[in-house]
Amino acid sequence: MHTKTITALAQGLRDREFSSVELTQHFLARIHQYSELNAYITITEEAALSAAAHADTLLATGNAPTLAGIPIGQKDIFCTLGVKTSCGSKMLDNFIAPYNATVVEKLNQTGAVMLGKLNMDEFAMGSSNENSYYGAAKNPWDIARVSGGSSGGSAVAVAAGLAAAATGTDTGGSIRQPAAFCGITGLKPTYGRVSRFGMIAYASSLDQGGPMTHNAEDAAILLQAMAGFDDKDSTSVNHPIPDYQATLNDSLKGLKIGLPKEFFGEGLSANIATDLHNATQEFQRLGAELIEISMPTLTLAIPAYYVIASAECSSNLSRFDGVRFGYRCENPVDLADLYTRSRGEAFGKEVKRRILMGTYALSAGYYDAYYLKAQKIRRLISEDFKKALAQVDIIMSPVTPTNAFGIGEKTADPVQMYLEDLYTIAINLAGLPAMSIPAGLSAEQEGAPMLPVGLQLIGNYFAEAQLLNVAHQYQQVTDWHQRKPADFQ
Amino acid sequence: MTSSTPENWEAVIGLEIHTQLATVSKIFSGASTAYGAEPNTQACAVDLGLPGVLPVVNADAVHKAVMFGMAIDAHIAPYSIFARKNYFYPDLPKGYQISQMDLPIVGIGHLDIEVDGETKRIGITRAHLEEDAGKSLHESFHGLSGIDLNRAGTPLLEIVSEPDMRSAKEAVAYMRKLHELVRYLGICDGNMQEGSFRCDANVSVRPKGQQVFGTRAEIKNINSFKFVEKAINHEIERQIELLENGGKVVQETRLYDSDKDETRSMRSKEEANDYRYFPDPDLLPVHIDEEFKATIKADLPELPDAKKLRFKNNYQLDNESAGILTASRALADYFEQVVKISTCEAKLCANWITGELSAALNKADLEINDSPVNAERLAGLLRRISDNTISGKIAKQVFEILWQQADTDADGIIEAQGLKQITDTGAIEAIIDKIIADNPGQVEQYRSGKDKVFGFFVGQVMKEMQGKANPAELNKMLKAKLS
Repeated sequence: MHTKTITALAQGLRDREFSSVELTQHFLARIHQYSELNAYITITEEAALSAAAHADTLLATGNAPTLAGIPIGQKDIFCTLGVKTSCGSKMLDNFIAPYNATVVEKLNQTGAVMLGKLNMDEFAMGSSNENSYYGAAKNPWDIARVSGGSSGGSAVAVAAGLAAAATGTDTGGSIRQPAAFCGITGLKPTYGRVSRFGMIAYASSLDQGGPMTHNAEDAAILLQAMAGFDDKDSTSVNHPIPDYQATLNDSLKGLKIGLPKEFFGEGLSANIATDLHNATQEFQRLGAELIEISMPTLTLAIPAYYVIASAECSSNLSRFDGVRFGYRCENPVDLADLYTRSRGEAFGKEVKRRILMGTYALSAGYYDAYYLKAQKIRRLISEDFKKALAQVDIIMSPVTPTNAFGIGEKTADPVQMYLEDLYTIAINLAGLPAMSIPAGLSAEQEGAPMLPVGLQLIGNYFAEAQLLNVAHQYQQVTDWHQRKPADFQ
Repeated sequence: MTSSTPENWEAVIGLEIHTQLATVSKIFSGASTAYGAEPNTQACAVDLGLPGVLPVVNADAVHKAVMFGMAIDAHIAPYSIFARKNYFYPDLPKGYQISQMDLPIVGIGHLDIEVDGETKRIGITRAHLEEDAGKSLHESFHGLSGIDLNRAGTPLLEIVSEPDMRSAKEAVAYMRKLHELVRYLGICDGNMQEGSFRCDANVSVRPKGQQVFGTRAEIKNINSFKFVEKAINHEIERQIELLENGGKVVQETRLYDSDKDETRSMRSKEEANDYRYFPDPDLLPVHIDEEFKATIKADLPELPDAKKLRFKNNYQLDNESAGILTASRALADYFEQVVKISTCEAKLCANWITGELSAALNKADLEINDSPVNAERLAGLLRRISDNTISGKIAKQVFEILWQQADTDADGIIEAQGLKQITDTGAIEAIIDKIIADNPGQVEQYRSGKDKVFGFFVGQVMKEMQGKANPAELNKMLKAKLS
């Protein structure tokens, strides 16, 4: 049951093959069985079973909403009423959210059953999930390797069958990179497509929630439930929501695919280059046309991203001051002591590093040189994408330069870690939608394990339906998305 | 108190005024802005800065800011942005205040003030929208501090003037004018005790004739017209004394202590925060187009200066009466209602409102809207003065009763108490004859040239007639009889 897609599970539930309670129990049992993967921070067993029972009564009436009874996991960045919402941080280890994020509310309304809250890098800062206060979520393909981050728990849960689907958030690649490392499908929608209300902010102008699933069809179903304008989020966009499933089977004949040469050059592992070459050949067979394009500003994305994201996070995380909620140090002697020790004791290293970088970048005398310069680069990158997407329908690229790396391998060198996001970051700066889909299973060198390889599809603003269509067509003729890690069958 | 600036020095003053916009809900959340609720009962998740919450701008706050901009003839930014001002303080829940920095909603405008009969134009640099912080309460918490976040997120319009004022008197005139204007516009209740209208004053001095400004000190949070005048005068004196003794003014923030009537240093420029302003990524830029401005312009009420001019022209009022009557929109409306209902001469109406009625309101510490005598009842009284039913003197008695007894009207009172003025010449003549007969000595005096005695006769007749004789008729007849 745990390898089935949402579509298959929904059918099973409607055909009374199994009940939602049985399905939920099955997933809960697996979560406990494979707790070594550290996918969940909080398991909401009781609430899940009662939601499942409720779904069963709805299913019995024959009038249940789309996701009724489907067990999913929520990234622990989304506030969930009455449930601990830690954001992967010691700072919020004691924080019980008093309200639901809009995404949570919407998924609840479509009848989804929440199994629990998924592991993540602290405040979504990280590319390996090693920055979680609760320890790293482990890659089910090789538990000595990282899951990717920051939505590592979400990717692990779907890949290892610990949830039928999961939510994630993506600020610089946090959905796509772990999806690639764990061999699942992940979609980062257009900025503004999914409400950020109740999603704890890392970098407000870049953060975007999205689905992490077994395949494109499931991503379409989940996005359908998550997307939409929210009057509680001024940056959400009031743009019509298409029926994402309706166009999944459109033909790719004549589709123009752009391949930026900057993304296929130096730094890309040979096995990934090969897998992606094979994938693009597959698209050619589906009737698409491959066009080499150039996007010269892409190389500027990483420094611009780390200035903007850090600047925003330095301000966004100021509210964690030990005064009203979250961690407070013992016996503060005065206000300054309360602030410095509460923050000093509860924030992890990477979070502190980014707060420092961001504070520096916004300081008087440096603002123009860093923040303003970065914003200019951001505009140039957007222009580059705009030009490219006038020329082609969709852009394809790698998601990651390497396969999932070993736990502890890159923690000593933050810059090396930041380079992990080379191919994903520019898309957040431009605000475009992008997907990661499984496109291979290969080893980096002789004797290394066979690990999933992701292909990135980048579309125009609000072209999620097209991305899903392209991904779905590929998944009709390949089976990479059906491969599951052997140890967690 | 007049400015004590010595001849050879000149003060330079600019004001920053925080006006609390009279919106029903907060600037970025749906919580109520009502004053005086139990601590922390009017702070929602957004006001508390809980993880994950987002601000959404209150359209009414934008509307009111634009109204203000139009009223001071300012440039309205077609595109303005909200910025974060970052600093840590327990009553600032998010660790930053949402304000406006580079692109404020209201740009350069001006306001004319009148001091000693002369009009002076004061430049307004900008006015920007921002959210208020909460309140820290340091008393009754046994060494700890309490935080009340009811005020957090209340919309403020910070109005920054040019350093165009040269005395405390001018500063107060500007502040009063602004106070009058925001209340006219209905964008602020103007309640200074509740902090709806607060002032920071930037003060510097320089030798007369010098072009360059001196170093300024900023005096924070002055909450009354009286204190603004005192604080500025005190600061001018302090700076002059300092400079004359060879000292230097340091750029700093000072607090005015109204009990001791002095300002004292709060923090110097060096200790000032680096607020690390940057555009708030949670909020979109505010776009104001011509159409929006046109709608607001059409809905703008008549402004104090225009109203004053109209009162002078249409009602033939003098400058002072027109000024008093137009000082608040409510008073001006009251006046116009009285004129309309009574159909009396505007001057009579103006005299009664600025005289008897204003005195009574002052004594009872009431605003015009809470006047026990409404426009209709006052008009009823004025009508009876106008048509000679009662004299002005009797009218004051009637007014007294109108003020004290809610369900009365002038005609009823006049009827019930028999106060109707006697215009019957026969009746008056009979009394005059009696008084003349009874006082031959005084008659003799008058006729021998002592004009003053005339008053005695008027008094005697009035006394006999309980004040109800028509004074004009009485004078005329008495004069004829005595000659």
